[in-house]
Amino acid sequence: MGRYLIRRTLFLILVLFIVSLVTFIIFVKLPSSDPARRAVGKQTTPQQIANARRAFGLDKPVWVQYARFAKGLIPWPGLFLNEDVYFSYSNFVPVKEEVFSRLPVSMTLAFGAAVVWVLIGIPIGIISAVKRGSLADRAVMVFALFGVSAPVFWLAYLFLFVFWFKLHWAPQSGIPIGMSVWQAALTGRFVLPWLALSMTFAAFYARMIRGNLIETMGEDYIRTARAKGLSERRVIYKHGLRSALTPVVTMFGLDLGTLLGGAFITETVFNLPGIGQYAVRAIFNNDFPSVMGVTIFGAFFIALANLLVDVTYAFLDPRVRYT
Amino acid sequence: MPEPLLEVRNLTVHFPTDDGLVKAVDGVSISLQQGETLGVVGESGSGKSVTFLTVMGLIRTGQAVIEGEVIFQGQDLLKLPPDEMRTVRGDKISMIFQDPMTSLHPFYKVGYQIVEAIRTHHKVSKQEAHDQAVEMLRRVNIPRPEERADQYPHEFSGGMRQRAMIAMALSLNPDLLIADEPTTALDVTVQAQILELIDRLKQEFNASVVIITHDLGVVAEHCENIQVMYAGKAVEFGGARDIYYNANHPYTWGLLRSIARLDQAPGERLNPIKGLPPSLIHVPPGCAFHPRCPYAFDRCKTDVPELLPTDGHHASACHLSLADKERIFHEEVMVRS
Repeated sequence: MGRYLIRRTLFLILVLFIVSLVTFIIFVKLPSSDPARRAVGKQTTPQQIANARRAFGLDKPVWVQYARFAKGLIPWPGLFLNEDVYFSYSNFVPVKEEVFSRLPVSMTLAFGAAVVWVLIGIPIGIISAVKRGSLADRAVMVFALFGVSAPVFWLAYLFLFVFWFKLHWAPQSGIPIGMSVWQAALTGRFVLPWLALSMTFAAFYARMIRGNLIETMGEDYIRTARAKGLSERRVIYKHGLRSALTPVVTMFGLDLGTLLGGAFITETVFNLPGIGQYAVRAIFNNDFPSVMGVTIFGAFFIALANLLVDVTYAFLDPRVRYT
Repeated sequence: MPEPLLEVRNLTVHFPTDDGLVKAVDGVSISLQQGETLGVVGESGSGKSVTFLTVMGLIRTGQAVIEGEVIFQGQDLLKLPPDEMRTVRGDKISMIFQDPMTSLHPFYKVGYQIVEAIRTHHKVSKQEAHDQAVEMLRRVNIPRPEERADQYPHEFSGGMRQRAMIAMALSLNPDLLIADEPTTALDVTVQAQILELIDRLKQEFNASVVIITHDLGVVAEHCENIQVMYAGKAVEFGGARDIYYNANHPYTWGLLRSIARLDQAPGERLNPIKGLPPSLIHVPPGCAFHPRCPYAFDRCKTDVPELLPTDGHHASACHLSLADKERIFHEEVMVRS
């Protein structure tokens, strides 16, 4: 187990290294405007551009440039996202500052939505599998079809319009200046974003769990459980669900990891200053240090989620071993 | 004759499907005495498994249209409410299945799965149940049962898993053990061990046993009576000797001829029954076996033969005259087997 974790951690570092390298190569190779030229403004001399280029470190050989960025990715005080390299090319705000102020917003959004979709998706998946073919099953599956089909931006506007604008049930979204993420969450400003973001996932999980559970209930070992004389309740919840939910753990980890890297559409509609918005803006501005910063965070969350999922899986399924 | 332990009377199990009504079991009667071992033999789709899954209450109205009676210890099981049926299942009647690889839950320890069966029916502490489970594993000849109880099914071989299944099935000392193709998925050497184990435990636990199989060779030494099934109906019933030395139905002859033998001459081919089992939706009219039967004549295509006794015990459902049957059996079947 210890050795397994060490090996997986080294692998995670390798993945992040490759991600950073690929991101850098894309920046170097893709045709784009010169950051130094953009930084100095319109009225400028070649000398000023050269100075800016030197200040950005863009005059150095390519591999030195990469080394400077890579050094800033080492998680060590003074090195990590250091401001010599990691500042925005468009507004000169340090990347660290942006990322760490936006991360709590994205985390609140992602974790809250995850709770909502688990609480909605799993129970309705179970109910519709157990009462397969019933009215409840059909109603819930109509909801699920609606959920997977409705685009997030549309749902988000719909929720805002109905629950905030018309009914006044939910407060306005967005985080006013001076309010912390916690305060915003506690005063219900995340409720609509959570609902909008989780709906697709809830619908998808419901369908997946329904499918898994129906399939599991046809397994031979379920027949054995019934043949033992167990109550139907125990057969479903102890024997059926145990197998049906295990693959869901994998999905859940990966989905959550992805969302931690930002949910651009939801953030935009609800005016939440999260990682997703920052990433999209950085890409449009060809703001390389910011792109590198958010890419590494996104990749880190996904890789970490992968690792956690694999470790959890071995706990859940005795056939899986750490090798 | 004492009252039978299990008496199935004229059981029909029909599954409505989109393609039509599947007549999986179509008027089957079975009688099993206390302490008897009955072999139920037939091809896939002959209705032998469905019959006993229905006896177990594992196929219920809602899934299928079930008619007839299943009298077990004087009670009609088909009329029992689900909750009461559950107290019979596992406790009084238990069942082991064809594929031991998939019949145990992969996520729970083998010992726990036996403990669960015990504690469902008997109020005993976890520790007592665990001790009983270990004792059962010992009785089915699993070495180091204490350690084995703490292992997961994937750490067991196929034969060991089937032993564990038997341990689980017998842990509540049932009156009837139904073994549905218990050896089909196992190696030949292990097959014999499992059948001997079932034989021995049947004596020790004073239970009756039903062995469901497609292989007449398997049940030869282990059953007192044999019922041969085809297309949802019983086509022949008799003592093991009747079936092996005086079979009266062309389908049984086919089964006897298709047993692989060690003393067969080299190069001699197996003699399978020609054709495929019929669709259970469009069962052939008359005798369901007539399209595959080399001895069929006109009457077979229209009249459904009844299962009629030829002497007190032995019965077959075939229009051939008894004299013809005996002649064909001795001239064409016995010669080979």
